[in-house]
Amino acid sequence: MGTENKPKLKVAIYWASACGGCCVSVLDVHEKLLDVIALADIVFWPIAIDVKYKNVETMPDRSIDVCLFNGAIRNSENVEMAKMLRQKAKVLVAYGSCAHLGGIPGLANLKTKEEVFRRVYEESESTANSDKIRPQTHIKVPEGSLELPEFYNDVRSLRQVVPVDYFLPGCPPQTERFVEVFLAIAKGETLPPPGSIVGACDKAQCESCSRTRTENKSVKSFHRPWQIKDDGVSCFLEQGVVCMGPATRGGCGNRCIQGNFPCTGCYGPTAESPDPGAGMMSAIATIMDASDPVEVEKMVNQVHDPAGTFYRYSVPSSILRRALR
Amino acid sequence: MNDQIFVEKSKTEFEPTIIAFLCNWCSYTGADLAGTSRMKYEPHVRVIRVMCSGRVEPAFVLKAFAEGADGVLICGCHPGDCHYHSGNYKTLRRYHLLTKYLEQMGIQKDRFQLSWVSASEGRLFADVVNTMTHVLRKLGPSPIRENIRNLA
Repeated sequence: MGTENKPKLKVAIYWASACGGCCVSVLDVHEKLLDVIALADIVFWPIAIDVKYKNVETMPDRSIDVCLFNGAIRNSENVEMAKMLRQKAKVLVAYGSCAHLGGIPGLANLKTKEEVFRRVYEESESTANSDKIRPQTHIKVPEGSLELPEFYNDVRSLRQVVPVDYFLPGCPPQTERFVEVFLAIAKGETLPPPGSIVGACDKAQCESCSRTRTENKSVKSFHRPWQIKDDGVSCFLEQGVVCMGPATRGGCGNRCIQGNFPCTGCYGPTAESPDPGAGMMSAIATIMDASDPVEVEKMVNQVHDPAGTFYRYSVPSSILRRALR
Repeated sequence: MNDQIFVEKSKTEFEPTIIAFLCNWCSYTGADLAGTSRMKYEPHVRVIRVMCSGRVEPAFVLKAFAEGADGVLICGCHPGDCHYHSGNYKTLRRYHLLTKYLEQMGIQKDRFQLSWVSASEGRLFADVVNTMTHVLRKLGPSPIRENIRNLA
């Protein structure tokens, strides 16, 4: 398909509650950046170009062709920008685990806003704040009044705030997958129906894992990765290390496992899964070699932090969505 | 003791909703026996029949809580009696793992129970339901559904 006569795509990249890794994964296209630039004009990208929110506000509706939105929804600024970019963009892509499922910031849903503020502004080892000053949404100073975004009690994923066209999972998404998806959009290829997951497989990590595994797994005890000497060859689960592979979509190229670290689940649950962590709880229970209640409890106690392990990137998108407080 | 629980209940008291997953071969038949034997027991249990307690995915339990169940009960064959050889052992392991997760999410342990009920134990089924209802009445309504609705 020729692209010579087509007007350049207008692309926006935005970060909400994010670490910046997603933006860096876009930069990781390296020399392919030239292909991207040949097809697209970047009209808004806070990490790289100086375009203000008010400039975005003046853009006509649906004038941005593609917006890659990374980061979770944590405060009122994130919500405002999500709504604005939804209005200005034809295609809104939830880019990365945080926008897709809530991501690492979503783990804050195991705590309350009060607990987060107390830790950050009073208790943390590097905090010197003897007056216990906390951010306020409004404050009057001699020069006038100032405003800060409101920090919400709960973290949400992008889909929980505005309709999303596509989800590109990963923490961060594998750059090759991003380039494939981007070029497909740019060349006007037929796109999957809105709401689809793109740049990932439907099947689990285990399908493409290079480690050797046996059909009927049976594990006598669980360990944290640092507690065992990994043999570098056999399945992590069979060595008693919790690996999220069975409950996680493939598509990343088994990056962590290639680096001899178990999968932590950033690509999110497989296509059929109703809840990100529930499938993993089933899988873990199936391989435990214990049938006596006392033994079972002992083994379960070896599974460290189920909420933080099975839902590391997905607490806001889980069935329960947050801990009760 | 069980009749006592029945009498103590007043009209103004909170009436819990219990979702019970019963295995086809033992526990559902046990519950059926309680019915055909005309045993009186608390009416707050909503029974879902599954072929094996091992069929109960953790997601079923989470969904039940998210949609307003005050308690979830899983009943299966006694250890060694599973119609499918080992389904109930898987249930046992899942139960303990799921309980640990639910506690991290702030959900009281007593809201989620596992019991072994054989086809001949109609009385036991009635007792399990009565005791759980009694415990849940004391705990009060589950805040989970409201918690999900009020997210900001």
